[in-house]
Amino acid sequence: MKAAEFDYARAASADEACRLLAGAGGEGRIIAGGQTLVPLMAMRLVRPALLVDINAVADLRGIEAGENHLNVQAATPQADALANLLLRRRLPLLTKALGFVGHVQTRNRGTIGGSLAHADPAAEICLAAATLEAELIARSAQGERIIAARDFFIGAMATALAEEECLVAVRFPVWPTAPRFGTGFQETSIRRSDFALAAAAAQLALDERGVCRRAALGLGGAATTPLVLEEAAGRLVGTTLAEDDVAAALALAEKDLAPIADLHASAEYRRRAAGAMLARALAEARAEALG
Amino acid sequence: MSQHEITLTVNGRRHAARVAARLTLVDFLRDELRLTGTHAGCEHGVCGACSVLLDGRPVRSCLIFAVQAEGAAITTVEGLAPEPGALGVLQDSFCEAHGLQCGFCTPGMLIAAEALLRRTLSPSEEEIREAIGGNLCRCTGYKQIVEAIRIAAERLGGANLAPGTDHG
Ligand code: FES
Ligand code: FES
Repeated sequence: MKAAEFDYARAASADEACRLLAGAGGEGRIIAGGQTLVPLMAMRLVRPALLVDINAVADLRGIEAGENHLNVQAATPQADALANLLLRRRLPLLTKALGFVGHVQTRNRGTIGGSLAHADPAAEICLAAATLEAELIARSAQGERIIAARDFFIGAMATALAEEECLVAVRFPVWPTAPRFGTGFQETSIRRSDFALAAAAAQLALDERGVCRRAALGLGGAATTPLVLEEAAGRLVGTTLAEDDVAAALALAEKDLAPIADLHASAEYRRRAAGAMLARALAEARAEALG
Repeated sequence: MSQHEITLTVNGRRHAARVAARLTLVDFLRDELRLTGTHAGCEHGVCGACSVLLDGRPVRSCLIFAVQAEGAAITTVEGLAPEPGALGVLQDSFCEAHGLQCGFCTPGMLIAAEALLRRTLSPSEEEIREAIGGNLCRCTGYKQIVEAIRIAAERLGGANLAPGTDHG
């Protein structure tokens, strides 16, 4: 399987990439790592007339700390993000999620922004961004706009990005890690590094008495977009995360599930797997916070 | 469709070529440079047979267009042998441990293993499995491949090489 014909242009800056996209009349696509896009092109599911390569744009790579957030440039390779110590310390949920993304060869090439811009329902980076309520920064020839993760993912492989927009960065909120903080990320797939049949993310902040002050829960592969479980997370706040509280939160999460069926798993299997992964992710985050 | 002039280094040799935008790196290596050691399996990023090192990092050459490799240094399986017709320690360990049967996955497995062994010469079994996690083998059941990489690590570890040396 080979991609259909297309023109190729290497952008030297994000602005140039936007200009090139604007000139392509809706037929242009950004290529960064190409780990999602090139398979789609090989299968002829996508047939762009112009590919705009942003790999040479140095300022689209890198991770920087802001006061209460971490800014990840869109073309940062997943392998670099996985090895980044700042990320590991301040955004451990994303580091954990990255460990499940593809495998060595695809992480070396695949980027943070590329995964987000394609919005595969099983993508771990999308799940982490949705759970943590990240903000996505999109640029076009007209300027920049900020899109909240909840508005960004609109369906399977569909986002709020306009045809002439380039995702340039993602801003992840960073929670205070004191006095107590924990994260959990769990996933099940047919083989390790395959697409997730179900994945779950949990992040908890507790006060010194062990009372949960803030909670975020999310599920991937359980619907066409990452699911943010606000009600279930809210049920945990103010509790000491006792067994009943966790069980009540999990029960609330259940009714938000709308899993899809495909070749790999039935909807019923996915529903059960999602529940089990969420329970494990929550247990992992709780143990970390209490430990 | 646009045509592009590229220059890149493959196994230490510089090449200049004119390529169509849609030509993948694996097709460029096999059809233009006649380096047919790198295998094309699925051609959409699933099997890992096409793995090469790009600036020292293992990547799938079916998911990179040749034009994107402008200026890069590529190592293919041919670049792992100390000289034509000879086998490196890693390759030799694959023979010894029966780490291959039909051989279709082998170039990709060798590249994945090479990348691992450039990083560490004392990998755990978990690390070995993780390193070849993106490479499918339909024959061996993986056990002998893991064993081959373990043997190679042990031998290279005993050889007192500087870290990061290419192990051919
Ligand atoms: S041929 Fe490249 S991954 Fe299968
Ligand atoms: S030896 Fe046949 S596919 Fe691995």
